[in-house]
Amino acid sequence: MASQEILREEPSRGSFINDPKIRGIFFQAVVVIVLVALVWWIAQNVIANLTRLRIASGFGFLNSRAGFDISESAIAYSSDSTYGRAILVGFLNTVIVAVVGIITATLIGFIIGIGRLSHNWLIRKICTVYVEVFRNIPPLLVIFFWYSGVLAVLPPPRESINLPFSSFLNQRGFYFPRAVWGDGSWLILVALLLGIAMAWFVARKARQRQMATGQQFPVFWTSTALIIGLPLLAYALSGFPLSFDYPKQSTFNLTGGFQVRPEFLSLYLALSCYTAAFIAEIVRAGIRGVSKGQTEAAAALGLRAGPILRLVVIPQAMRIVIPPLTSQYLNLTKNSSLAIAIGYPDLTAIAGTVLNQTGQAVEGVVIMMAVYLALSLLTSAIMNVVNSKMALVER
Amino acid sequence: MKHIAIGILGAAALGLVASAASAATLDDVKAKGFIQCGVSTGLAGFSAPDDKGDWQGIDADFCRAVAAAVFGDGTKVKFTPLSAKERFTALQSGEVDILSRNTTWTINRDTALGLNFVGVTYYDGQGFMINAKKLPGVNSALQLSGAAVCVQSGTTTELNLADYFKSNKMEYNPVVFEKLEEVNAAYDAGRCDVYTTDQSGLYGIRLTLGSPADHVVLPEIISKEPLGPAVRQGDDQWYHIVKWTYFALLQAEELGITKANVDEMKTSDNPEIKRVLGQEADTKIGTDLGVSNDWVVNIVKAVGNYGEMFERNVGSGSPLKIARGINALWTKGGLQYAPPIR
Repeated sequence: MASQEILREEPSRGSFINDPKIRGIFFQAVVVIVLVALVWWIAQNVIANLTRLRIASGFGFLNSRAGFDISESAIAYSSDSTYGRAILVGFLNTVIVAVVGIITATLIGFIIGIGRLSHNWLIRKICTVYVEVFRNIPPLLVIFFWYSGVLAVLPPPRESINLPFSSFLNQRGFYFPRAVWGDGSWLILVALLLGIAMAWFVARKARQRQMATGQQFPVFWTSTALIIGLPLLAYALSGFPLSFDYPKQSTFNLTGGFQVRPEFLSLYLALSCYTAAFIAEIVRAGIRGVSKGQTEAAAALGLRAGPILRLVVIPQAMRIVIPPLTSQYLNLTKNSSLAIAIGYPDLTAIAGTVLNQTGQAVEGVVIMMAVYLALSLLTSAIMNVVNSKMALVER
Repeated sequence: MKHIAIGILGAAALGLVASAASAATLDDVKAKGFIQCGVSTGLAGFSAPDDKGDWQGIDADFCRAVAAAVFGDGTKVKFTPLSAKERFTALQSGEVDILSRNTTWTINRDTALGLNFVGVTYYDGQGFMINAKKLPGVNSALQLSGAAVCVQSGTTTELNLADYFKSNKMEYNPVVFEKLEEVNAAYDAGRCDVYTTDQSGLYGIRLTLGSPADHVVLPEIISKEPLGPAVRQGDDQWYHIVKWTYFALLQAEELGITKANVDEMKTSDNPEIKRVLGQEADTKIGTDLGVSNDWVVNIVKAVGNYGEMFERNVGSGSPLKIARGINALWTKGGLQYAPPIR
């Protein structure tokens, strides 16, 4: 075999056409040229056709007045704001639901995933049922289940369910008191940041000491005391500047306080529950992927079950878990576009309204695609950094 | 490999160029043998499928009238249900030949969106509906400050709503859905206090709610909503056919030509009736338009005149029972007026 290949390569050096290296470069160049030409041609075709149909084009519309209102906005927005700002509001709403959804899905997923490996029969079976149910239902149905099946059948605003701490639950959403920060409350924030910084410092010192002397230090309790105690101290010192705005009954709805709308709530719960089922399987696979010998070796060293899981099994399992976890995070972010079915003003819903009000469908879709692409690439990049930190360091 | 790829590319390029420089809409329609008509996803009185799956309503009948003018057969129509969001793209891209879907005529849609509205088949205005049982004591839209308002996205309604509450210094909480059915369901479930859309639509929607008697339409009309069919820009012939179909419907009513008496009317002594019905010797009115000379006869035979269409779908002959009001002919104090067919 090998001798034949050498023989074959001899004449190719003489002929320019048969040189595999030149051939490779030639075909790659052809592919690139064809691709660029195709994109250019599509763009030209779109522009020509829009002009022919006398449809306005370009991105100038982003600076025009939007004229419609949006129910939920993280930044100041009114009907006098621009289309560009409306799209930004939608983008932020997508990011908010994706971030809180990812955090919740990860928490539920880890609990269920570890639960599936439990020795307790009941816990194991409950977790299995959870995974099998949510994994096998389309996410849109899960969203409708929460929206129409759970939240829409709650009582109307006048018969709200009273919950502790002046919170209310009705079919318009979940209402709770909103904190109003008075003068001097910046001190509390500073104290909180200081507490976190000191906790991190203590944890580092404690690890160094354990490495050097083998003595342990109660890091968890010290950190908790710092992070909670310092802000509380600042709160007392600055003269209790915190007050609350409580939700009150008015003609139509509850006003005041903080309202979490059912659209957000159902989308958030549905995405979290749905994605958690997949994350649970990934976590289970990750833990199963760590060989039993590792656990046995750790046990032989005298470690107890808790530290074995925390110090030996999970760090190794994470290496298996993180890459597929990234895919699930991306899925959750993209599935958030199903919000349109229940009227949560995410990027797809608002960009859709904008493209309909302006009639500029091509631009609207291009913006949506670019934003989702950027968001997904950013998520991937963050997860890749986490992955490289977790990866096996060979010494 | 390379040759195949280039071949495919070339073919694709040719195909797209060909479709881009397509023939006139009338020729396309005649070639395929039917008119593709964009309608709503279901709005009683305007375009909604009946229990047999046939589309009924003023908007659906208008497309039948155009089909009757073009083919002499009002059944040669295929309907495409479109959401508010899909409708303009569907017309722009050529997916439908006429958009006859309770769409408000605005300058922006006539210019930046590349559409041509042909006329106003229904003069409407935006109103509010509330559940009087849940909200006793509310009898004016000016009492609605703080309410949650259900509205369909991507409509002029959504924009008028924002303007109205802003100009009256009132607060509201928009609950926005893409599809009409979703808005209906949310309002019926009590997610919002107020439903806002065109007033005719509110009467139609009220019939579909759980207990229609509980709901009242508030007296305020906050906008002008001239609803009418639209076609693409850049095809004057097709635009004229659709526009004059609308005028023919009005003219027939004005002259007293109905579905029942159209054949008798052909032998009428009135020169105007004879001219409109294409009974004048050597008439070229129809052929100049691009259809047959008995086009008005075909239209009236298929759907009746405008008045018949109105009464059958939204007026006294329908569950909606909407009065003619400003939609009466100009001779009866309304706004419906057709230029002369001569």
